[in-house]
Amino acid sequence: MIEVENLEVAFGKGGNLKQVVKAVSFSVARGESLGIVGESGCGKSTVLRSLAGLDRHWTGRISLNRQSVDKNRTIEQLLLAQMVFQDPYGSIHPRHRIERVLAEPVRAMKKGGGWDRVPKALERVGLPAGFAERFPHELSGGQRQRVAIARALVLEPQILLLDEPTSALDVSVQAEVLNLLSDLREQQGLTYVLVSHDLSVIAHMCDRALVMKDGVFVDELDRADLQAGRTHAEYSAVLFQSSFL
Amino acid sequence: MTEAKMIVQHNALHQGAGRFYRSLQKSIDKLTREPLGMLGFAVLALLILVAIFAPWIAPYSPITQNLPQALQPPSWTHLAGTDEFGRDILSRLIYGARITIQTVLSVTVIVGPVGLIIGVVAGFAGGRTDAILMRATDIVLSFPSLILALAFAAALGAGLGTAIIAISLTGWPPIARLARAEALIVRNTDYVAAARLYGASPLRLLFLYIAPMCIPSVVVRLTMNMAGIILTAAALGFLGLGAQPPSPEWGAMISSGRKFMIDNWWVAVMPGIAILLTSLAFNLVGDALRDLLDPRHARS
Repeated sequence: MIEVENLEVAFGKGGNLKQVVKAVSFSVARGESLGIVGESGCGKSTVLRSLAGLDRHWTGRISLNRQSVDKNRTIEQLLLAQMVFQDPYGSIHPRHRIERVLAEPVRAMKKGGGWDRVPKALERVGLPAGFAERFPHELSGGQRQRVAIARALVLEPQILLLDEPTSALDVSVQAEVLNLLSDLREQQGLTYVLVSHDLSVIAHMCDRALVMKDGVFVDELDRADLQAGRTHAEYSAVLFQSSFL
Repeated sequence: MTEAKMIVQHNALHQGAGRFYRSLQKSIDKLTREPLGMLGFAVLALLILVAIFAPWIAPYSPITQNLPQALQPPSWTHLAGTDEFGRDILSRLIYGARITIQTVLSVTVIVGPVGLIIGVVAGFAGGRTDAILMRATDIVLSFPSLILALAFAAALGAGLGTAIIAISLTGWPPIARLARAEALIVRNTDYVAAARLYGASPLRLLFLYIAPMCIPSVVVRLTMNMAGIILTAAALGFLGLGAQPPSPEWGAMISSGRKFMIDNWWVAVMPGIAILLTSLAFNLVGDALRDLLDPRHARS
């Protein structure tokens, strides 16, 4: 579903050039859930934003659904992958009602009015239909993140890119949102790329995880490894130790 | 159109009205907790009513001269006294409210959209567009509005229209700067990033995502500006470049009263009080609007 070859991302110019992602390659199969784990600043979010099409500094090759995509995406390419952001307080327009938030992707893509899709979108993420009338500030953090997930799914993409989807939420709400994401993946056969610094979230959600450090992948862990806490590199051992104290 | 469709549409309309009513009620609720803001709104409402119903409220004609009655002090027949031509000052103030409101509204209607669009486009587009628009703003910002108005009046002839154009020409840069600052913040938010991901066009981003976030602070700023507009218009009137005699412009009234200031204080003081109260009211309303529209400024 996703293939990335020699992805490099650098910010700045000349002497200040900073290589954030250094020639990484990976692929994700259809229906698979890949985790990328690492400390803050290691480049994991940048990889995700390049995949989504938000960052345009990358070089290399990215293909989604077997077709190579450019830095400027066409509507069809944007339809393939949508993203859920880290902070649900900043990712929803504060002056749009929820119904508008959910209809807007359809309207922006010029695929009809979009209002008729709102009840179904809310139901899909387990929110009552009455929420359509509310403003984001009348919702809790967990409810907002559900709305953000619903918005990403309104266009029915095959790939969902998740940028620390639960790190801004309360621990009790984190589990709810993660379970919702797992259920949705099962129901709709979605492909996930989940970025997190929290190994327990990755272990709960992903079939496979890549450990990232200073812009390169240092380790790859499969499901059994994640459950047993087995690692193949020194750095991921340290990461494991610090997250499962 | 089928009946079912009409019902749906009717319901949507009804719902919209209900929503509007609810949010209006919420705003009024908030306003009642701001006595000073309420006072400002009350004064403005009164001023607008007076301006609309001037011919029915004013006890005398604002322009008919009555020389035997010249320079009468305030009394029960002439509540604010009379000027050097025997015209009732209160009646002139009442008619002058029309000119003031007209000036303020015209300037605001020109300055608001122009400033907002220039600022938002500059902030959103960035790069060269931003540089060009902002340097233009800087240039206009460096003109003192009164001097530019003088030049304009000299070129086009004095009059209310010229005054409005001159004040508008120098009025938009602060609005544009404000809107640009807000747009710079908003364009980097996650909800704009999300909108880019679902293919929202630049125009859509500009008008449906970024501009709505800038409007509240622009409205507040415009209301605060209104006080300044009144003062500038009065200053132009005082210099004889605004509305021309015999039209009862407040600034021009002060100017003509200046000659009699020592012996007949009311001729200059009464319009002065009117200007003072009106600009104070606009400032109070601006303050109250900021609390209403901008949650970041909520007082605890």
